[in-house]
Amino acid sequence: MSALRAVKANARPFFQRHSAGELKEALRKMYLIRRFEEGAEEAYMRGLIHGTMHLSIGQEASAVGSTMALRNTDYITSTHRGHGHCIGKGADPKLMFAEFFGKEEGYCRGRGGSMHIADVATGNLGANGIVGGGLPIAVGAALAIKKQKRDDVAMCFFGDGASNEGAFHEALNMAAVWKLPVIFVCENNKYGMSVSTERSMAVANVADRAPAYGMPGVIVDGNSVADVAEAIAAATERARKGEGPTLVECKTYRTRGHSRSDRNRYRTKEEIDEWKAKDPIPLFEAELIAHGLATEDEVTAIRISAETEITNGIEYARTGTDPDPNEVTRDVYSSGVNS
Amino acid sequence: MSREITYAQAIQEALGQAMEADPAVFLMGEDIGVYGGAFQVTGDLVHRFGEDRVMDAPISELGQAGVAVGAALAGCKPVLEFQFSDFATLAMEQIVNQAAKLRFMLGGKVNVPLVMRFPAGSGTGAAAQHSQSLDAWLAHVPGLKVIQPSTPYDMKGMLLAAIDDPDPVMVFEHKLLYKTKGEVPEEAYRVPIGKAHVAREGSDVTIVATSIMVHKSLEAAETLAAEGIDVEVIDLRTLRPMDTATIIESVKKTTRLACVYEGVKTLGIGAEISARIAESEAFDYLDAPILRLGGAESPIPYNPVLEKAAVPQVQGIVEGLRNLVTGRT
Repeated sequence: MSALRAVKANARPFFQRHSAGELKEALRKMYLIRRFEEGAEEAYMRGLIHGTMHLSIGQEASAVGSTMALRNTDYITSTHRGHGHCIGKGADPKLMFAEFFGKEEGYCRGRGGSMHIADVATGNLGANGIVGGGLPIAVGAALAIKKQKRDDVAMCFFGDGASNEGAFHEALNMAAVWKLPVIFVCENNKYGMSVSTERSMAVANVADRAPAYGMPGVIVDGNSVADVAEAIAAATERARKGEGPTLVECKTYRTRGHSRSDRNRYRTKEEIDEWKAKDPIPLFEAELIAHGLATEDEVTAIRISAETEITNGIEYARTGTDPDPNEVTRDVYSSGVNS
Repeated sequence: MSREITYAQAIQEALGQAMEADPAVFLMGEDIGVYGGAFQVTGDLVHRFGEDRVMDAPISELGQAGVAVGAALAGCKPVLEFQFSDFATLAMEQIVNQAAKLRFMLGGKVNVPLVMRFPAGSGTGAAAQHSQSLDAWLAHVPGLKVIQPSTPYDMKGMLLAAIDDPDPVMVFEHKLLYKTKGEVPEEAYRVPIGKAHVAREGSDVTIVATSIMVHKSLEAAETLAAEGIDVEVIDLRTLRPMDTATIIESVKKTTRLACVYEGVKTLGIGAEISARIAESEAFDYLDAPILRLGGAESPIPYNPVLEKAAVPQVQGIVEGLRNLVTGRT
């Protein structure tokens, strides 16, 4: 025990601030995200689910490192690549799978699919199919928080591509003018679909844009849970104290393509391999073990438990209830009134 | 007993009463605070309720619309004023993709209780980018409710109903109506969304009109009455959900239908009304083709003569209806 404490004492603040239990839970969520997406990909390949999906494999550290700082009453808005944020915020993978399978048991009763999963009960205001769509919505949620005199925050995930949308400018400006509790989390994975940030931005970093709005812009290694979580903790504390928004840019990478249609013509195998070597999950595992916060056996047990949960989740979803075609327009209006 | 106030005052009164009754209600828009709004609709509300509830926003229509959506999801009831309805074009993403669809996309598990107010229409010399009637655009979108009250009484009652409504409601206000007066009770009351109003009963022909065209149609009806043509005027009031039953009943009685609206004629609200009648049992009752009198197939011009020529006027309605009833073309 004293040896463990000694090791931990040399570690960076993140590993000291959180208990071993919290850190192992973070690892478990990273595994859940990874296995969830691998499971979804496989189910798609086997023709069990249709449509498209955007996988965040390789970006788990930013999803988990960011959401670790949040409470149930905090909000997130997410993106088309949002499975990780959703699980990070506390969603149940089996209900997410049910949504993928288009079942009534799914988070959106099968009406939303991968791109619209939300769980308002856990403060998840939803993924969004429109690039930049969630940015002003997060600002609105933060405005409500301020009006209701709560010390909650709204965390807004978006990609490098979204920072080129007009909505980004309008949202950041309003959040800053009104000093709203928003944490803008940019997951810069280098590509807006196929176009690199070098080809779509004249500045090197999305965070470089933050000073123009009078807010701090912080750049972190998006593949390091500790790096992400420390920056987010500071931004969240600032927001809760009423000091306004922060932009945190997580430099990361998606090792899969943009979506199912991606033929990978715009990047090299070398680049992908280089980033695979920086996979955030083994990196975090190694840190936990090095700091004496988890044993090899515990890590293995966590991985197996995540895999079991995913397998069970897929089975749960497969046997779910199909929606009634006569109920196409059911949820358009609250009263059921239509046309 | 009876008290007359303007259409703009009716809006202001409804907003004030809604804010008094419910702390979740707040207003946002451009220059709606100390300036009082471009059309002086919010007036001195900022002095009564403070800048936190009558919020001047940056000129960011898309952002404001998104903020309204987010605030609505998080427990507020935002009422957003667009300075001109034309600026809805800047906010279509949030209106159409987010506000309208969130409830549905999330399986009915959320409501988006917001109101957006749009000063619309021509007649102010403001030319093509400040004079449009885009109500039919938004009425095309499932998930939105679209209302177009034409009198101060309906305006107050329908705006209060809109603020109560758990779904997003788009309110189109014709700018030329702001100074028109009518009887309005002082207390809060509701006029239901989704119900048309028979503004004038008649037996020879039915006009379904929207917004300012209700008044022009009523004026035309007086002229036609002197010629022995008895016109029924239906004020549609709500574009979506549309009260088709009231129109069907009227057409079965009068056997003739004209649709009068300011928006561009082609693919406008008149097309929808006509199609609903053509699809209904009222079709068999028709004694004449359906007439549509809508806006010209052009942007709204600046020149005042051209500006008038671009939207239906009383004389044109009189002539159109006379021909419809007498069988001349």
